[in-house]
Amino acid sequence: MVNSCAVLHSCLERIERLNSKINAFVHFEKENPLGQKGTRPIAIKDNISVKDELTTCASKILEGYRPPYDATVIKKLKEKGYILMGKTNMDEFAFGSSCETSCYGPVRNPWDLKRIPGGSSGGSAAAVAADLVPMALGSDTGGSIRQPAALSGVVGMKPTYGRVSRYGLIAFASSLDQIGPITSNVADCAELLGVISGYDGLDSTSADIPVPDYTKALVKNIKGMKIGVPKEYFPEDGLDKDVKEALLEAKNIFKGLEASLVEISLPHTKYAVSCYYIIAPAEASSNLARYDGVQYGLREEAVRMVDMYAKTRTAGFGEEAKRRILLGTYALSSGYYEAYYLKAMRVRTMIKNDFSEAFKSCDVILTPTSPTPAFKIGERADDPLKMYLSDIFTIPANLAGIPGISIPCGFSGNNLPIGLQLLGKPFEEETLIRLAYAFEQNTEFHKRKPNL
Amino acid sequence: MSDKKIIDKDTVLRVARLSRLILSDKELSQYSGQLGAILEYIDQLNEIDTRNTPPTSHPLSNLKNVFREDRVKGSLSPADVLRNAPRKKENFFSVPRVIE
Repeated sequence: MVNSCAVLHSCLERIERLNSKINAFVHFEKENPLGQKGTRPIAIKDNISVKDELTTCASKILEGYRPPYDATVIKKLKEKGYILMGKTNMDEFAFGSSCETSCYGPVRNPWDLKRIPGGSSGGSAAAVAADLVPMALGSDTGGSIRQPAALSGVVGMKPTYGRVSRYGLIAFASSLDQIGPITSNVADCAELLGVISGYDGLDSTSADIPVPDYTKALVKNIKGMKIGVPKEYFPEDGLDKDVKEALLEAKNIFKGLEASLVEISLPHTKYAVSCYYIIAPAEASSNLARYDGVQYGLREEAVRMVDMYAKTRTAGFGEEAKRRILLGTYALSSGYYEAYYLKAMRVRTMIKNDFSEAFKSCDVILTPTSPTPAFKIGERADDPLKMYLSDIFTIPANLAGIPGISIPCGFSGNNLPIGLQLLGKPFEEETLIRLAYAFEQNTEFHKRKPNL
Repeated sequence: MSDKKIIDKDTVLRVARLSRLILSDKELSQYSGQLGAILEYIDQLNEIDTRNTPPTSHPLSNLKNVFREDRVKGSLSPADVLRNAPRKKENFFSVPRVIE
């Protein structure tokens, strides 16, 4: 049987022609897409397990790994007639905001090949932006779906923590990770979210809450909805001029649609990056302890067991992964646990409470997704702290567990996409979809395509 | 960056040992400097009084323990489990000798 779906053939043609330019896909399905049933081609981030297909987190330490089982989201996609095209490039173990830490080399932004596509789900975002596939799955621990969606000019949603099963997602930071859709429009986002959501007995942090029909939220009427605008996300300095203007215009568009804007405050925002860079590396250092050369992936031989571990890990992990393992191990080590890890968990409570308080006076929160459009490859590579600060607007939602979506809302002077972020109450993804859809249907930004 | 050293090279070496990572001299200098800068930034958390705030380890507030019935279910075959192992012997993962 050869699949004759026209969309599939167009995807295959574009992948063939363009993937070498942008490096979005790193593995292709062993079982040719033409042999799969279905009508919906989709790309999968390289940290989501697909049975018998290479799944390496763009890390040398997982080279050759083919999971013996499907992630729950993959099982659902296969049941619903999606065609798996292959695995997309990412920052190693999702550690990064630029896709420069991949062991397969950087992903290039389809809008400007000298620039990063954002990260860590940059391969998925670039693949959708370049029309290699209409949709993809990513994962978001501190902004890894929303930030690349913004920088690549596509739609990306991080669902509420617990909405989508994490079973089969290779863990980075287990209390923050969430799988979500990256699509070229809001309608596809709603459809894909409905397919992957739901309770799963194989994920103990999965929420047993019914899944609504998200496509019913695709309505253009948002009259009377209250949009909170947090002053902490619009700093006088620290917001690119073009991003500032695009957000100003976005506010006017929402006002034109008869939504009301209310000023709100999320007072602990400035502590979010610090809080995150204790909690996320701490959880990561623990999750990455399993890569020891015994069960899968790379192995460097030594006479003694402990030397085998150390040689394997030293050869297998890249520079950023080592940096995070060291930082996390330090924060958890005896003598520093209370000063760092416990402190960060208390600040996390404050950040979470900020949102609960703010949502008393608004339905949804509007912010820029990223303080700047896409930066140049190499520009922030030598300054980890500067790189970490590029996630300042996306990190708080992960700490609080709330859902967020990024949609295109403008272009910079040099034709780079700009995204806006909407944050919602827990398990109210429908509100985000409704506002995002109304905005999209009343603007033209999502129709512009990169010149490739 | 200030002169105050938050993390010295000995501490980085100790943490690397705990992490089962071997650092070259160049990496040691590089990571000490970078971790120092990151920790110095993170020090801003000490501005906040958190004494009366409980810690959040997890964003779902109403989560309860998840139990399942103790019923025998299918599992992966030994061949599937061992398929990715860099070294194996019969139905086992093979590792360097642990007992001297």
